[in-house]
Amino acid sequence: GAPALAQQGTGIHRGWGELLPGTSGSSPLSPPPCFFPRLGFLPGHTARHHRACLLELLAEALREAGLRPCDVDCVAFTKGPGMGAPLAVVAAVARTVAQLWDKPLLGVNHCVGHIEMGRLVTGARDPIVLYVSGGNTQVIAYSQRRYRIFGETIDIAVGNCLDRFARVLKISNDPSPGYNIEQMAKKGQKLVELPYTVKGMDVSFSGILSHIEEVSHKMLASGECTPEDLCFSLQETVFAMLVEITERAMAHCGSQEVLIVGGVGCNLRLQEMMGIMCAERGAKLFATDERFCIDNGAMIAQAGWEMFRSGQVTALEDSWITQRYGMKVACEVLSAKAGKYQCCLLHAALVRPHQGSGV
Amino acid sequence: MAELGVPLSGSRLVQQGAEARLYRGRFLGRAVVAKLRFPKRYRHPALEERLSRRRTAQEARSLLRCRRAGISAPVVYFVDYVSNCIYLEDIVGSMTVRDYIISIQQREKDASGLFTLAEKIGEVLARMHDEDLIHGDLTTSNILLRPPAEKLDLVLIDFGLSFISGLPEDKGVDLYVLEKAFLSTHPNTETLFEALLKKYTAMSKKSSPVIKKLDEVRLRGRKRSMVG
Repeated sequence: GAPALAQQGTGIHRGWGELLPGTSGSSPLSPPPCFFPRLGFLPGHTARHHRACLLELLAEALREAGLRPCDVDCVAFTKGPGMGAPLAVVAAVARTVAQLWDKPLLGVNHCVGHIEMGRLVTGARDPIVLYVSGGNTQVIAYSQRRYRIFGETIDIAVGNCLDRFARVLKISNDPSPGYNIEQMAKKGQKLVELPYTVKGMDVSFSGILSHIEEVSHKMLASGECTPEDLCFSLQETVFAMLVEITERAMAHCGSQEVLIVGGVGCNLRLQEMMGIMCAERGAKLFATDERFCIDNGAMIAQAGWEMFRSGQVTALEDSWITQRYGMKVACEVLSAKAGKYQCCLLHAALVRPHQGSGV
Repeated sequence: MAELGVPLSGSRLVQQGAEARLYRGRFLGRAVVAKLRFPKRYRHPALEERLSRRRTAQEARSLLRCRRAGISAPVVYFVDYVSNCIYLEDIVGSMTVRDYIISIQQREKDASGLFTLAEKIGEVLARMHDEDLIHGDLTTSNILLRPPAEKLDLVLIDFGLSFISGLPEDKGVDLYVLEKAFLSTHPNTETLFEALLKKYTAMSKKSSPVIKKLDEVRLRGRKRSMVG
């Protein structure tokens, strides 16, 4: 998957449980056509790709679901964060379609899309959410009527760490660096000692990366370890850190459910480790596969539908997009708690356009 | 025979934290809390061994360092490096700052009494940082109040992630971790935390580069991409 671009474009949603991904969900095995081996996603190319494909995709989604435009309840689009050019393309189409069909428009936060989709697919009710992707590493919990960020990375995201590690070792990004690391790690034997940095409920990955950049070539050249060993060691170390902060948040909040979302969330070793931790605490793990972990249109539709159900609408003049979310900018999101849908706030962190190839 | 894994016969499990299991019992006639770092099966055995040993040792060391500096912390009675279990003084009747804040907030509309508490926390952290001791996991659950709680006699606990460093960066991150834990656990306490930081700044001899770093670390968080 990739830096979020606009795989999640316009999602159309009609009724509970009937999702129409407005754009094709990318699976790690089938990179979308705008993906460049060795380069990842380029904003300009991606925007052109979206412009070329979006209308056809929209028609196809309707055809597949056997729906006419008048059957649609609302039109949701990604408001951000993400790369500007593709976001703008999708927003323009969403605005146009909403006005043509006379349907309400909903601007959706990408991160909230992940969480709401995860909840829908898994049936998790009140989970601690581990959101791990190329741009994000956060432990989020619903506490006192809001989603709150309890722990996060204090430097780079875990997916970004994996991507950059792959670049150091010249591991292919086709279909995705994270996927290739996962496959290589299965053949790893030796645990190489790497920095393990947990600060309360926060983690840090930049030290691991600079350590690997420094020692890997020497170790590989001397035959001290294999690239597979390094993949294995990296996964064992960073995932242990993630499971640890998730467990700490569970103990802190008294929660008995964990939901993993985001691109890195489809890594089976991460899921396995999280599962063991949950079993030891008598808790339940909810995880999804790459169809839902990786950015997709359905998740935007789902979050948009939840917002629509609670009576929210994004006015045309507010349907701008943003690459970043300011520190104080909070976006509205819904959460089913005790059977009742409530409006809550997710504090979104400020973002920077993504540079890595994402996971 | 003692139950398998229970550190003392007759002791009982009181809590399973993220780090360890806590047992209450008696050790040579004294009330103790035994903190057992049980192996985490999700971690690679070699990694698990390394972490548990390091954290057990570090916890014992930092508790001693605190007490030597006159900062209130539980007495270490015994450390078992084979099972990674620390036997600590049980602060009988204590409550966590977290529970105290929540109870005051529920009981009273006016939480101004909490400002003195915030200042006390700022003061004790300033002293700890001046000793170059970084706690590593500051939350309101990791600070206890000796009974009676109203006296605001603070006891620092849970030093498993602690380390020694004089770097403003490490101290700044320590405060950042507390800030996030504080504000996410206790909503609408921004002014309270400000009072804590103000006292910290006033009390610590080396506070100005630390506060500067804290601002920098906060900014790092803001710049982080939310993409993908």
